[in-house]
Amino acid sequence: MELTNENVLGKIISEFGEENIWDAMNPDGIMTITTNRETIHKLVKYLRDDKELQISFLTTMCGIHYPGQGEKEMCMMYQKHSLRHNYRIRIKVYMPASDPVLPTLTDLYATANWMEREAFDFYGFKFIGHPNLTRILNIEEMEYHPMLKQYPLEDQTREDKINTYFGR
Amino acid sequence: MSDTNKDIMMAEAPEGISGAGFFATSLEKVIGLARKHSLWPLPFATSCCGIEYMATMGANYDISRFGSERPSFSPRQADILMVMGTIAKKMGPVVKQVYEQMAEPRWVIAVGACASSGGIFDTYSVLQGIDRVVPVDVYVPGCPPRPEQILDGLMRVQELAESESLRRRDSPEYQALLASYNIK
Repeated sequence: MELTNENVLGKIISEFGEENIWDAMNPDGIMTITTNRETIHKLVKYLRDDKELQISFLTTMCGIHYPGQGEKEMCMMYQKHSLRHNYRIRIKVYMPASDPVLPTLTDLYATANWMEREAFDFYGFKFIGHPNLTRILNIEEMEYHPMLKQYPLEDQTREDKINTYFGR
Repeated sequence: MSDTNKDIMMAEAPEGISGAGFFATSLEKVIGLARKHSLWPLPFATSCCGIEYMATMGANYDISRFGSERPSFSPRQADILMVMGTIAKKMGPVVKQVYEQMAEPRWVIAVGACASSGGIFDTYSVLQGIDRVVPVDVYVPGCPPRPEQILDGLMRVQELAESESLRRRDSPEYQALLASYNIK
């Protein structure tokens, strides 16, 4: 079957129900759907294993921080790609900043191991069931998650690098 | 075949007393002369400045003219640590370990804006200058510096090596400097 946004969304909603899949939109040609933490693991597994869809390649996992959005402050974004049909889909899971906990996908994809470590390193997401959730890119002594927007990007130990020199 | 003899510059003899068949000078000056003309660099090249250094090693600029014939990729028998490129905070301990493994006397050149000050990378992940980790003798400005500038930095170190007292490394000031970096 030819994968279109309509029939893929129809299949997903018939599988998981409208209460678990919402906010389907098409911002840049890639269908984006929002789901919840209870569904995400099952949904990714379903997309991988379904004989018709075969959306089996996990392209990206990435954290997003929306300051001041309350219940939707933290977001985990997944992109999947069907190599068979050349079809892409984007899945988002929102959560409050006080509780950035998600189920791990390491049992489905080996690549999720380092993607989740990176999300933990930079955003502080906790992945339940991850075998080794430690920092992967930053130094171990770092005491914060640098991509959260309450922390400045610049190194705080200098005074001589002022914005004028950097075009900021 | 061109006559290359007129292109060769001999090193100046140090001050001393010369007479028929002998030349007397101080040991310090002889050792300074020898060190000056056999500085072996340890290139710690992490990015674009490292490419510039490779050009310095090439035939056009020929860092070998200064006695830096053997770029030593090990701390053994290396005299100058040349750090060229961005040093991330994660790489800082590695730079320090390489410096600690070099034998005295040792000099450090920070080549380019990143090694000297973090450069344009005013970021949480980048070490804002290697002088936070190891003591630095010569800073070479530029982004990246041309090979001539790297040679100029090397010649500055040659001047330091030539005039350095043999006891400088035992002096309390030098020991205090190393202690301030927690280097034994």
